[in-house]
Amino acid sequence: MTDFSKKLDPALVAKRYASERRFRAYGAVALAISVLFLVYLIVDIAVKAWPSFFEHHIVLKVELDPARIDPAQVQKGDFNGIIKDGLRAAFPNVTTRADSKKLMAQLSTGTGDDLRILTVANPAMIGTTVNASALLSDDADLYFKGMHAPTLKTPGQTNLQIAKDGENYLFTGDLSQLVAGQIVRANGGAFRITSMEPGGAKAEVLLTPDTLNSLVAGNWDILSFAAIEVDRRIDDRAVVLLEAMRDKGIVEKHFSWRFFSSGDSREPELAGLRGAITGSLLTVVMTLLLSLPLGIAAAIYLEEFAPKNNWTQFIEVNINNLAAVPSIIFGLLGLAVFIGFFGLPRSVPLVGGLVLALLVLPTIIIASRAALNAVPPSIKEAALGVGASHLQAIFHHVLPLAVPGILTGTILGVARALGETAPLLMIGMVAFIVDVPNGFRDAATVLPVQIYLWSDLPEIAFQSRTAAAIIVLLVVLFCLNAIAIYLRKRFERRW
Amino acid sequence: MTAWTLLIIAGLTVSGFLVGRMRAQGLRNAAAGALHSMPSYHGLLLASMGFGASAIATLAVSLSAGSQSIVMPAAAAILGTAAIAGVYPLITPKFRARNIFEQIVKMVLLASSGIAIVTTIGIVFSVLLETLVFFGEISPIEFLFGTHWAPTATPASFGILPLLAGTLLITFIAIVVAGPLGLFSAIYMAEYADRKTRGMLKPLLEILAGVPTVVLGFFAALTVAPLIRRSGEALGLSVASESALAAGLVMGMMIVPLISSLADDIINSVPQSLRDGSYALGATKSETIKRVVLPAALPGIVSAFMLAISRAVGETMIVVMAAGLAANLSINPLAAVTTITVQIATLLVGDQEFDSAKTLSAFALGFVLFCFTLVLNYIALRTVQKYREQYD
Amino acid sequence: MDATPQKLPSNPIPRILAEKETKIVARDVNVYYGDKHAIKHLSIDIPDRAVSAFIGPSGCGKSTFLRCINRMNDTIPSARVTGQILVDGKDIHDRDLDVVQLRARVGMVFQKPNPFPKSIFENIAYGPRIHGIAKSKADLEEIVVNSLKKAGLFEEVKDRLSHSGTSLSGGQQQRLCIARAIAVNPEIILMDEPCSALDPIASARIEELIDEIRQNYCIIIVTHSMQQAARVSQLTAFFHLGDLVEIGDTEDMFTAPKNKRTQDYITGRFG
Repeated sequence: MTDFSKKLDPALVAKRYASERRFRAYGAVALAISVLFLVYLIVDIAVKAWPSFFEHHIVLKVELDPARIDPAQVQKGDFNGIIKDGLRAAFPNVTTRADSKKLMAQLSTGTGDDLRILTVANPAMIGTTVNASALLSDDADLYFKGMHAPTLKTPGQTNLQIAKDGENYLFTGDLSQLVAGQIVRANGGAFRITSMEPGGAKAEVLLTPDTLNSLVAGNWDILSFAAIEVDRRIDDRAVVLLEAMRDKGIVEKHFSWRFFSSGDSREPELAGLRGAITGSLLTVVMTLLLSLPLGIAAAIYLEEFAPKNNWTQFIEVNINNLAAVPSIIFGLLGLAVFIGFFGLPRSVPLVGGLVLALLVLPTIIIASRAALNAVPPSIKEAALGVGASHLQAIFHHVLPLAVPGILTGTILGVARALGETAPLLMIGMVAFIVDVPNGFRDAATVLPVQIYLWSDLPEIAFQSRTAAAIIVLLVVLFCLNAIAIYLRKRFERRW
Repeated sequence: MTAWTLLIIAGLTVSGFLVGRMRAQGLRNAAAGALHSMPSYHGLLLASMGFGASAIATLAVSLSAGSQSIVMPAAAAILGTAAIAGVYPLITPKFRARNIFEQIVKMVLLASSGIAIVTTIGIVFSVLLETLVFFGEISPIEFLFGTHWAPTATPASFGILPLLAGTLLITFIAIVVAGPLGLFSAIYMAEYADRKTRGMLKPLLEILAGVPTVVLGFFAALTVAPLIRRSGEALGLSVASESALAAGLVMGMMIVPLISSLADDIINSVPQSLRDGSYALGATKSETIKRVVLPAALPGIVSAFMLAISRAVGETMIVVMAAGLAANLSINPLAAVTTITVQIATLLVGDQEFDSAKTLSAFALGFVLFCFTLVLNYIALRTVQKYREQYD
Repeated sequence: MDATPQKLPSNPIPRILAEKETKIVARDVNVYYGDKHAIKHLSIDIPDRAVSAFIGPSGCGKSTFLRCINRMNDTIPSARVTGQILVDGKDIHDRDLDVVQLRARVGMVFQKPNPFPKSIFENIAYGPRIHGIAKSKADLEEIVVNSLKKAGLFEEVKDRLSHSGTSLSGGQQQRLCIARAIAVNPEIILMDEPCSALDPIASARIEELIDEIRQNYCIIIVTHSMQQAARVSQLTAFFHLGDLVEIGDTEDMFTAPKNKRTQDYITGRFG
């Protein structure tokens, strides 16, 4: 009887097992990194995107003055002006030109659009006074979303006196709470402390107060900031106005249907994806119309009819190579051939579809060939045995059985086309286009290009819009992939 | 006019089918079932004649006279009707409509498979022609060996070396990231993971592979690059806001699924008998993988890496969004570099005139890119093919 | 059915088991592949320094049992093994025994020659290297040469040790695989139909080789060929449908089988 452990050096065996565990761990770690990266990517973008699915409005009482809306041409009414009048009425103590301008700047340039749509649908409203929902500008919207430097509100706990001091004001009394740079809100107005002096706190007015009554603890509050004014995207006056809106309770938060129903815009709060989504749809339809029949036909020929010779070999090498050619090269092809040589217009889904069709054709051919190849030859032979021609056998028996596989490959090809950007930049689908395209020959952009365009814009609000557009694109792609996986599972057949 | 033309083509196709089938049915009723082909094949033959002739007429007119001309629908209608009328008298009981129709279908199938070659030829010619024009203005020597790239400056200089250096730097970073991650992921999936884990992980990697590059570019520019700059500054390093490292890292993550799925396939095709032979000698799993499986799979894995390099070199959006425009001849991963694809995209986005050296240089860059990836792809695909045959 | 048939199915005990030490003892071994019960309550003793042959029709479980002895079934996820297999009195499924050490003592040669796609030298050096058996380079070379000599391959390949193992002929490849197994200095060599992929001349060469080395190893050979079993083995076990039907000294089994099924198989009535 020999001892089992005597044969091999136990220290060495232990070392080998440690190495085995290490090696296995490397694999697990590698996979974990990839998965974590994916999760981080999606979570990061989703967090950035989330605010963009909502928008802030203020509700104002406005008069639909017939003088500003021609009942015959409601569409052309001055709805922005009506909203602005309503806002002015809501803030009677905003009097100076500069302050009034600041107040109006909190509204979006398209603030009257919702009211216009409502009035067009219901012209009887003209002449009445209604509660209108007015869209805020991107900075005001971001302020309410808490995406600017935070504003801290501290209730006033002491008693103060306030008096006019020439142009400015002077606070006296218990000044222990006050610091220069802070804003004191009281009596319906707002003051910025400019300096703390022995005689009291000097302040300038940001919003004219109703009265100059003494301030009692609990009747006033202080706004202070984490960042100084020049480092903020929104200045003290705007903050005071927005906080006043919030205190009046007229600020509302809605789901931003606008994000899906409107076209591109220079204003972040008005920019939507409808144009890009329509463009993507048109382009993909064009891609499918071209690549699906061609791809299936090529696959049938190569799988069923092609003689095994150098020519066929050459075609196969070509297809495999094309599948790995950088997509930007297809853009160069489209630019030189479709636009340069054939003279087709730039920026249109027609050319985009042509280029993407060539791009995904190899994918579809390869997938279709695999699907056709998976159908056992006995089925074709059975058809041939009852007197069908070769073509009938293929079209009546082989092709229907290969459809799920072809479909899976096609969906993956479509997903690829939907996410492709670079070749479309080459053929000019990268312009700023406000109108939603109506046909294959209208100038258009597509979802990924829209993402690229928005990501380049300086406004902070566009960053979030970009992330939101990405989420829309990813959701579409995940759905397509899920369908492909489902089809593959559902129709997976073992012969 | 396009809509009218399409309508005419569709109308001719349908009426061709109906007319042909009716005539054949009439013949069958008269001749009591002695037709060579089924009536619908006569219909299909006439339909294909009508479609083919009118479509060819449309294409010819639209290329010569433009698609707005009234000539287009007219030519389509005339030629299509003529083709149907020409074949119609041939329909007799003995007429082999099915054979002729099937021959036509086979021709169409053959032509479709030729699209791949037409595309390749299209790429080569479109890129090559512009490149030759470019080389008429700028000497190839200056282009290939110049160390300065400034296409918009006056005087412009077109030296590709800084772009090549930038491309290779970012590709190198990407492969350093993706190589080990992809390979180890593949090894774990192929050799260690059980069915259930595999069934969960594979779709996740497929999702990562399906993330559009514009999304990765956004992530690289807005999340990874600031992260790297901040950590670099914390360490006292000066990091460009568009560092090669950020673009390279994210590109590496993009390539992980490509390498892992290719390597997974390759590792799976190493015969089980080799593993058994190693296990039977008392080797552990990792020893078997390191000393038997990977050496046997080496050609395939090298090919996977080559395809990955080709993918990284040709990738555009990540570098357009996260790498810089400055053509620095640098190997510092923290500096901003630019790549061939970035320059192509920058030169061709917006309005461009075809005869300026600036625009043409983009095609010359495209030509270099195409040749480079073509060689890599060709070698890699051949190696994989040979490798597969070896174990089949 | 008796749940734990501790007795061997043949009585009297084969003479070879009395002559030699018993190397392997199996008791009530069951193997399942998923739902399939591939080996049923198998008990057997295998002698040291002799050749035992497992015969039986395809799918009878003889290869399955062979793969239990060095726990190669561990590599098949759906396989499950119960019962006791003792090598030198030690249960190979014991928790403190690890499979690397077991396989270093129990070599295996497969049906199809499976040389690694490396040089002839590296093929044989692989085992000693991973186990750290060779102390020096000279040591390793000596092991390689000795193993090749024992496998009767040295004279044929001594000038091309750096050539690929896959460049050899089928018979040479199989002898290379035997040399590879011997190089780890095992006590037991399992051979799973080692000649089924070879031509008759190459097969004869392998049989000679088995005969030459049997004095030093406990060899178990699974074979389809009854002639081969008769030529090379001293003990023969007949398997049928997962049962060990009969076991006995080879000369008795082929001249006077006791079981009807054995008789039918040997005389070619089924199989």
